[in-house]
Amino acid sequence: MSALLSVEDLGVSFATPEGPLRAVDGISFSLERGAVLGLVGESGCGKSATASALCGLLPPGARTTGSAHLLGQELTSLSEPSWRSVRGRRISMVFQDPMSSLNPLLSVGEHLVETLRTHQELSRTAARTAAAEWLRRVGIPDPAARLASFPHELSGGMRQRVMIALALCPGPDLLVADEPTTALDVTIQAQILDLLATLRKELRMTMIFITHDLGVVERVADRIAVMYAGRVAEEGPAAAILSAPRHPYTRGLLDSVPGFRPRTGRLLSIPGAVPSPRDWPSGCRFHPRCAHADRICEETVPAAPGPEGGAACFHPVGAR
Amino acid sequence: MIPMLLGVSLLSFLLLQLSPGDPLSAQRGNPQVPDALIHRIETEYGFDKPVPEQYLLWLSRTLRGDLGYSFKYKRPVADVIRERVGATLLLAVFSSLLSWLLAVPLGVWAALRRGQWPDRVVSLTAFVGMSLPSFFLALLLLFAASVAPPLPWFGRFPIGGLVSPEFDQFGPWARIGDVLRHILIPGLVLAVGGVAGLQRVSRGSMLETLRQPYVLAARARGLSQRSVLWRHAFRNAANPLITLLGFEFSALLSGAAFTEIITSWPGLGLVALEAVRAKDLFLVMATVLMGSFLLLAGNLLSDILHAWNDPRVKLS
Amino acid sequence: MNPAFRRFRSVLAANAPARISFWVLAALYLAAIFAPWLAPYAGDDESRACSWAPPSALHVRETDGSWHVPFVRAVSYTFDDDALRVWTEDSTCRFPLRFLHGGHLLGLGEAIASPGQRVSDPVPAGRLYLLGADARGRDLLSRILLGSRVSLTIGVVGVAISTLIALVVGGIAGFAGGWADSVLMRLCEVVMLVPAFYLLMLLRAALPLDWDSRVVYFYIILILSFLGWAGLARILRGMIQSLRQSDFLAASRALGLSPWRILWRHALPQTFGFLSVQATLSIPGYIVAESGLSLLGLGIQDPQTSWGNLLEEAMSIAEIRLHPWTLLPGVFLFAAVLSWNLLGDALRDAFDPRSLS
Repeated sequence: MSALLSVEDLGVSFATPEGPLRAVDGISFSLERGAVLGLVGESGCGKSATASALCGLLPPGARTTGSAHLLGQELTSLSEPSWRSVRGRRISMVFQDPMSSLNPLLSVGEHLVETLRTHQELSRTAARTAAAEWLRRVGIPDPAARLASFPHELSGGMRQRVMIALALCPGPDLLVADEPTTALDVTIQAQILDLLATLRKELRMTMIFITHDLGVVERVADRIAVMYAGRVAEEGPAAAILSAPRHPYTRGLLDSVPGFRPRTGRLLSIPGAVPSPRDWPSGCRFHPRCAHADRICEETVPAAPGPEGGAACFHPVGAR
Repeated sequence: MIPMLLGVSLLSFLLLQLSPGDPLSAQRGNPQVPDALIHRIETEYGFDKPVPEQYLLWLSRTLRGDLGYSFKYKRPVADVIRERVGATLLLAVFSSLLSWLLAVPLGVWAALRRGQWPDRVVSLTAFVGMSLPSFFLALLLLFAASVAPPLPWFGRFPIGGLVSPEFDQFGPWARIGDVLRHILIPGLVLAVGGVAGLQRVSRGSMLETLRQPYVLAARARGLSQRSVLWRHAFRNAANPLITLLGFEFSALLSGAAFTEIITSWPGLGLVALEAVRAKDLFLVMATVLMGSFLLLAGNLLSDILHAWNDPRVKLS
Repeated sequence: MNPAFRRFRSVLAANAPARISFWVLAALYLAAIFAPWLAPYAGDDESRACSWAPPSALHVRETDGSWHVPFVRAVSYTFDDDALRVWTEDSTCRFPLRFLHGGHLLGLGEAIASPGQRVSDPVPAGRLYLLGADARGRDLLSRILLGSRVSLTIGVVGVAISTLIALVVGGIAGFAGGWADSVLMRLCEVVMLVPAFYLLMLLRAALPLDWDSRVVYFYIILILSFLGWAGLARILRGMIQSLRQSDFLAASRALGLSPWRILWRHALPQTFGFLSVQATLSIPGYIVAESGLSLLGLGIQDPQTSWGNLLEEAMSIAEIRLHPWTLLPGVFLFAAVLSWNLLGDALRDAFDPRSLS
C-alpha cells in the first residue's frame, strides 16, 4: 500500500510584475506503483504548473509550498543541482508539442545516446544499440536507420514516439505526460495512447497523464483527479468518475462532451468562464457557475477529496 | 558568384571612365615612366578603342591572370596583390577569431545574468566599442604603445609593420611570435569594433534560445547544465551569429583597410590607398575586385558554417 | 506627426542614456551653428611663433601674489639637445581673459605689464590655446568648433540624399516589378558586394584629386551617399512589395488613383517610421566615413576643416608623442557617434514591437 508518489497540499505561485500569482492552491493525491492518474482540467486550472513542479521545471521566481514525496524523497525542497540527479532517473516528462521539443540540430540517435550516457555508464556503441532498441520499442519502423534522422525529417507522431523513448530510456520511476497527444492528429493520438498503454504494461510504468480531453483520459487512466481553479474538485477511480460524477463541475464537463452524455438531449455548456487566478472566487471556486450553489458554497471552502476519493462539494450530485 | 564579380568589374570600369583623360594620363606627365612602356600598355589595352571593347580587352586579360601593370610599384598588379592579400586575410581571420572569443562568452554571460549588473556593464561597454571609430582607437593604442615601457618578455610594443627588421634572422617560433606581436594592435582594434555587434546578437539569440521548449525538454531529461547550455542552447543560438559573420565581413574588410593604413600593416587596404593617391588605375580596379572577392568568400564561408551547424540548411 | 513626436518624448523620458545623448547632440549642433562666435580665433589665424604650443596655462596669481582675472602669458620655444621644443613663459606681462571680446565669446585683452615690469616692444604674442596649437600655431579648439560644422552636417545631408535615392530606386523596383525590379536589384547587389572602404577608394579614384575647396564638400557628400543607398533600397523594395499586395492599396486602385500617385502619396509614407529609425542609425556611419576619408587626405582639405582633417595631423606617431592634444578631435568624434548610436538605438527599440530588452 505504500504509494510511489504522495502529494500533500501542494501549492505553486509564480512571480509576476504585479506580485506573486498562485496557480496551484493546495492539492493532494497519491499514486501507487504501476498506476496511471489522469489529471484533468481546462486551461488555467493549474495542471501544467503541477507537472512542472513535480519535475522542478518551474520558471525562476516561482515558489512551491506543501510536499511531494517520491519514494521517500521530498521534491519540493530540492536545489537545482539535486534536481539534476532526480530528473530522468526518477521522474521524466513528456511534453505537449513534439514539433519543438527536440533540438533541431541533433539527430534522433544523438538525442538518445546523450540521454542514455548521462544516466548510465555506456560506451558509444552500446548506447547506440540501446538507442535503436528503444526506437523499436516505441514502434518506430527501421530503427537503426532512424537513428541518423533529424527532427525536421520526422512526422509529429514519430517525434512524439522519440520523445517518449527519450523520457523512458533512463528508467524513471514516474512518468509525467503533459498533454502528450493534444498537438497530434486524432488517428495518431490513438496510436500514441496505445503505445503508452503497451509500455505501461511492459515496464510497469507509473504515470501521471495530464489532459483536458475526457475521451483521452478514459482510455488511459486508472484514477482521475479533476482540477478546477488550482484545486482538486473530484478524485476517484476512472470508471466511477466518468459514469457517475459527484462534483457539479465534473458533471458539467461530461455533459459538454459528446460521448459521455446519453444520446438524447443537447450538449450543455457550463455557463460563465474559468476564473483567472487573480480573481478566484471565495469559498468553493466553482460556486458562481454552479446551479446548486448556496450561501455555504460562497463562504466556506469545501474539504478536499480524501485518499479514497470524493468530491470537494457541499452538494454533490447523484448519478443521473 | 562569378556574375556578381563580373558586375563589380563592370561597375568599377565604368566609374573609372568618369575620371578625366584616360588611365594613363597621370603617367604621361611623369618623367620617371618611360614612353615606350606607356606606348606598349596603350596598344595592349586599346585605349583608343571604344569603351565596350576596352572592357572586353581588360576582361580577357584579367581572366588570363594579367591584372595590368602598376606604375607605382613598377611590377605587374597581380604580383602586388598576391603579396598583400595574405596580410589582410591574416588580419581579418585573427581579429574575427579574437572578437568571437571575446563576444560569445560575454554575450552568453550577459544572457544568463539578464538585467543584473554584468548585463548592463557588458552592454554599455559594447556600445562604447561600437561607437569608437577604428582609426581613432588605432591612434590611441599606438600612442599608448609608444609611451608604454617595454613589457617583460614581450619587449616594446611594435608600432607598425608586419615583422621586425630582424625577421629573417629568426627561427620559425620566433617568427610566429614576431608576427603575433605586430598583429596585436591592429587585430585588437578590429576585434573591439566587432565584439560590440557580436555580443549583442549573441546575448539576444541566447535569450531567445533559452526559452525554447527543447531546452526545457533537455533539462527535464536530467542532462548536465553544461550540456544543456552549450550543446542544446548555444548551438541553436549560434545560427544568427553565423549569419552576422557573413554580414559583418564587409565592415570587417573596410575596418581592416583603415586599420592597416594607420598601423602600417602591409595589406590590401594600404595598397588601395596608395593606388588612389598615385592614380594607378589598374591597381585600383584590382584592389576593388579583390575586396569584393574576399567579401564573397567570407559569405560563402558563412554559408558553409551554417550548413555544418544546422542540418536543416541545404547548400544551393 | 504628433503621435510620433509624443513617442519620441516618451522614449527620452524612459531611457537615460538616450536623454543624455540627445542633450549632448543638441549642444554639439548648437556649438556648430555658433562656431565662429564661440571659437576664440578664426580658422586661418596663424602664429608661427607658437607652432605646436601646448594648451595654455591659466593663471590667477601674479608674480607678486596678487589675485587677478584669469590670464595667460605669452610663450616662446627653443630647441634642446634632442631637437625637442622647450617652452618658456614670458613673465613680463599678462593677457587677461575677456568675454564677448571682438566678435567672439572668449578672447584675450591687451597686454598688461606684470608688477615691476614693462611691456616689451614688440609686444610678445599672447595666444589663448585652450586645447593647444597645431604646426602653424592655429588654435585647436577653434578649429574643432569650426570643423564640427562640416563633420556634423555632412552625415545628416549624406543620409538624407542616400535615403532619397533608396526611396526612388526601392519604390520603383517594388512597385513596378518585372525587369525593372530585376535590373535595379542586381545593381544593388553589385554595389553591396564591394566593401565600403574599397567603394570609397573607387569613387575617389574616379574623381579628380585637385579640388576647388567649395566643390569638395559637395563631392564628399556624393561619394558618401553612394555608400548606403543600396542596402536601404533593397529593404524598401521589400516593404513596398508587401504593401502592394495589401488590401489598402487595392482599395486605392479601385478608387481610380494613378500608380504614381499611389506610390508617392500612399505607399511610401507607410515606410517613414522605419526610415527615420534607419536614418538615425546610419548617421554615425557617415560621420565616421567622412572623417576616415579626410584622415587619409582624400576628403576635406586645408584650408577647410573637419574633425577627420584635424586627425590627419595625428597620423604620425612620432608627432603624437610630442603633441598628444592632436588626438582631441577624435574625442569629439567619439562623443557625437556614441550619442547618435544611443539615440538611434533607443528609437529603434521604441518603434519595434518585437524587440527584446
